[in-house]
Amino acid sequence: MAKYIVPIFILSILLIALIKKVPLYDSFTVGVREALRLVFNIFPYIAAIFICMELLTISGLSEILSSWMAPVFRFVGIPSELSKLMILRPLSGNGSIAILSEIYMLNGVDSYIGRCASVIVGCSETIFYISALYFSTSSIKRLRYAIPVAIISMIVGAIIGCLVCKIM
Amino acid sequence: MNTIFFIMTTASICLLIYTSPDLVLSSMIDGASGSIELALALLAIYAVWLSVLEVMQRSGMSGQLARALNPITRRMFKGESEEAYERISLNMSANMLGIGSIATPIGISAIEQMDKGDGRASDNVILFVIINCTSIQLLPTTIIGLRAAGGSLSPADIIMPSLIATTASTLCGIFLCKLCSFICNKFSKNRKELIIETSKNNNKISGSDNVQIASK
Repeated sequence: MAKYIVPIFILSILLIALIKKVPLYDSFTVGVREALRLVFNIFPYIAAIFICMELLTISGLSEILSSWMAPVFRFVGIPSELSKLMILRPLSGNGSIAILSEIYMLNGVDSYIGRCASVIVGCSETIFYISALYFSTSSIKRLRYAIPVAIISMIVGAIIGCLVCKIM
Repeated sequence: MNTIFFIMTTASICLLIYTSPDLVLSSMIDGASGSIELALALLAIYAVWLSVLEVMQRSGMSGQLARALNPITRRMFKGESEEAYERISLNMSANMLGIGSIATPIGISAIEQMDKGDGRASDNVILFVIINCTSIQLLPTTIIGLRAAGGSLSPADIIMPSLIATTASTLCGIFLCKLCSFICNKFSKNRKELIIETSKNNNKISGSDNVQIASK
């Protein structure tokens, strides 16, 4: 069922466009040009974050950070096995997916830890990456309270997710 | 962002110099080449989705969607342009459907529309970014796929907890945003009043000086 949604969505858009006499070929070239401009603008931000992430994981600093933070997370109800995931989740999408698979391997997919990990990844986003990209093409340089609020909300979501996993 | 970046890179380089110094440069280059791979993948995804979006805009479908979501977006983001509302509603619907790859380019252009040009993120912009950061996805399809691949007996039973958690985090984000903007507004108002008062006092002083000079 799910695999038909996107194709039918695109097909219906094209059909409606045909009825409304929208020049399809021209629209596609405009769209691709827009994509080129966008990737050109956001690439510097992606590159800087990736360099930082690679250093962070290779140097083992993320491991050290997560072992420091583990007691804090356990205090608020997040299992200490998940502290590495909590540290990397706001920083790197691929990195947190890799850790998620590792947690599945070590603890089992349907275990309490495995389910908590799934919920944490499912209910959060790569905060630093998103905020870097979203502000990349505008003139905005001062983000004010954006990142602290995002991180607090993510932790609240994770705590509630773990709690719900325990009940259900 | 600059401070966070500085702390993270310098701390990890220091640690690497202590453990294995020859990995510093190679890991930085690895990171950069990873970013090139991602950028190329993103270019392909954006090329397809932005073309579809362009078709949607030219045939007036995105405008209709924006009007359908108007009551919500107008109440949450006060005083933005028509164009910005259209982008915001498109971004939110893409987010809810879990098509993050199209939500990002629309979100970026929404911020361009909301940008006042003074280099400072307005309360609306921050609220918008927070909503995107807390993920309002209805179906976490990627995770369900991963769980199925990992041999789970019921890969979909995390939908409910995820939905509860993501609602909680989004509500918490919106609440904190409103709270912060309230505090900031109050603070800046106080400061403005203070500035006005001091400038009044200055005027008084200079005024009395003038009187004295005149009397002389």
